[in-house]
Amino acid sequence: MRPLTDEETKTMFEKLSKYIGENIRLLIDRPDGTYCFRLHNDRVYYMSERILKLATNISRDKLVSVGTCFGKFTKTQKFRLHITALDFLAPYAKFKVWVKPGSEQSFLYGNHIMKSGLGRITENTAQYQGVVVYSMADVPLGFGVAAKTTQECRMVDPMSIVVFHQADIGEYIRSEDTLT
Amino acid sequence: MGRKLDPTVKVKRGPGRKARKQKGAETELSKFLLLPIERAARKQKKQTSKKPGSDDDEDEDEEEEDDDDEEDEKDDLKEDEEEEEDTVQANFDETETFKLPAAADRAKEGLLQMDLQTIHQRIRDNVDVLSHFSEKREEGKERSEYLSLLRSDLCTYYSYNEFLISKLMDIFPVSELIDFLEANEIQRPVTIRTNTLKTRRRDLAQALINRGVNLDPLGKWSKVGLVIYDSSVPIGATPEYLSGQYMLQGASSFLPVMALSPQEGESVLDMSAAPGGKTTYMAQLMRNTGMIVANDANADRLKSVVGNIHRLGVTNAVICNYDGRQFPKVMGGFDRVLLDAPCSGTGVISKDPGVKTGKDEADVLRSAHLQKELILSAIDSVNADSPTGGYLVYCTCSIMVEENEWVVDYALKKRNVKLVPTGLDFGKEGFIRFKERRFHPSLKLSRRFYPHSQNMDGFFVAKLKKLSNTIPTQQKPASTPEKSNMGKKQKLKPEKSETPIITKKAGVKSENKKSDGPKKAKIAKLDGETSKKSAKPNKKQKVKELNGDSTKEVVIEKKKGSQFEKNNKTKNKNLLKKNKNRMGKNKFKKLKNMVGQ
Repeated sequence: MRPLTDEETKTMFEKLSKYIGENIRLLIDRPDGTYCFRLHNDRVYYMSERILKLATNISRDKLVSVGTCFGKFTKTQKFRLHITALDFLAPYAKFKVWVKPGSEQSFLYGNHIMKSGLGRITENTAQYQGVVVYSMADVPLGFGVAAKTTQECRMVDPMSIVVFHQADIGEYIRSEDTLT
Repeated sequence: MGRKLDPTVKVKRGPGRKARKQKGAETELSKFLLLPIERAARKQKKQTSKKPGSDDDEDEDEEEEDDDDEEDEKDDLKEDEEEEEDTVQANFDETETFKLPAAADRAKEGLLQMDLQTIHQRIRDNVDVLSHFSEKREEGKERSEYLSLLRSDLCTYYSYNEFLISKLMDIFPVSELIDFLEANEIQRPVTIRTNTLKTRRRDLAQALINRGVNLDPLGKWSKVGLVIYDSSVPIGATPEYLSGQYMLQGASSFLPVMALSPQEGESVLDMSAAPGGKTTYMAQLMRNTGMIVANDANADRLKSVVGNIHRLGVTNAVICNYDGRQFPKVMGGFDRVLLDAPCSGTGVISKDPGVKTGKDEADVLRSAHLQKELILSAIDSVNADSPTGGYLVYCTCSIMVEENEWVVDYALKKRNVKLVPTGLDFGKEGFIRFKERRFHPSLKLSRRFYPHSQNMDGFFVAKLKKLSNTIPTQQKPASTPEKSNMGKKQKLKPEKSETPIITKKAGVKSENKKSDGPKKAKIAKLDGETSKKSAKPNKKQKVKELNGDSTKEVVIEKKKGSQFEKNNKTKNKNLLKKNKNRMGKNKFKKLKNMVGQ
């Protein structure tokens, strides 16, 4: 387990800021202690300092996971955000999309969201802006990328895609193995 | 041999076994409870027609039988029932007929397809006789013969192997045994646990009801459990499940965590964590504070732990893949430890029917051995001086005494721990004695749960409190270097706990030993701190004498305490020590004589 290098930190924060903007500060300085990111086996883990101390006792090959996994770095050093980070992104999300109950299941299966399934969307969403997807009951379902701006969403036909799927909570069942 | 010899003969069949079971006990009993007039009619018929095998005389339900060899059987059973119903009449016919299956017929049975209904009835009759043995027994027939017949019938009827049935017959009285076996045939109800980190039970119940799930709170012993009766949506795939608002977990798995009750801010170890239900429950009780180490030896099953931890929003967990026995070395000093030891699984037969035939003596002993090693490692990982904790909960999903009480008793002997109440006010108390074994009386505080009485998987929970961080050895203080951690702490405690045991055996030397208590402590201090070997000059004489005493006592103890381990090791070490602090042969003999008288 090692701290992230500058490069890696930059890449990761860029990705995160697509969804939560400058609120990244809030992830590091929390009222209940300092939290940090560490890299282990190409995955980025978010943990408090207390857990960090504890985890250093465990040898590298035996350590499986610490705190929360945010995502992983691919072979070409791109950062891919995992669904496991949802709990931390959702409260700070700047742009949100609400999905109608009928299309909830479709999104949870990994499909993109179409205009017909769109319930609400925050104003002034830019195109290709990272968004967090909620159900109508305000339960976070995952995140994605807006395919159209809010204005355009109003105008397009019901069958066109408005949000590209990136990660959803259905992955906990569909691809449990890839979480580790 | 086919059941129906002549397919054109249409025999009217009643409801099958499953249907009757579902209807309930009344329908089964109705076979035995006849109206008086029917009873009289039967008797009359029997008296008139002596020839066995006539269909009229049989019970209405017994219709599919092989004619040939079963006739004797049927007659026997019929007569059994009648005898039991007519309690006025003496029962000398009954067991004679009951016994017939013994020699030749039982061999035949092995080859024949015995009708399950017949076997079932025979089981019931047998159980009835055994429950009222003095009244219903046959002259000259031993209880063991009835039991062996029952054993083989149970094996056939419920598809168990001999070993397991024998073990179960040891644990349960015969009538309860039937209940247990029946309960293992059906599934326990599906239960879920609300994740209080994300939602409340009330809100979750409401949301699930809206989806079309029929549920109820689990019981007054749990504030987070819900039992699912039926559901129109798959319970393991609702958006509520995926967002981590609840977890599918057996009711019995709530119990060890409730017993352990980790507090906020503590450090907890879960030695055998997969698939993560108990770990996440602990995290929710701790409100994501403190830290949890979730360990499991199986890397594949760890993936489910990772998945569950992330899904339920647990942030204070570290997951690792060690063999549990390595534990105090990797990390120690936890406030609380939970050990859900791998076991033979005899409590969860309803989930895995393969256990019925797959387990035998070697499996159970192997599990027991592993569990003993694990429990010692677990105890060593607890910090006895923890301000809020110092507890270990040992649990298994097995009902075998070898894996439960025996292991805890072993731990009590080997370490400075004691049993404390689990805090669970229901369930059966653990065994204090079992067959030829006797366990420590505090085993009463452990709890057993059964599928037929508590309607949850078979389970055993024991809560231990660690009294001190020192590890007692059976030999006297002049020994093992692992006791180097014994430098400062109370040595009196471990030694006193042993001297009473030894004094019972060493009749002659008892007084000496008792008076030597404090002296032994001194010896312990002197010998234990191997680096500080230099005895003080003004105490040299005393030391020598004491050492002479101690070595002697060591020898005596070695002989007496033969069931204690590490004889060889400590012998060598004792010899070494002896050499270091030798006194002359004559002096030694003198002392020996003095002390001997």
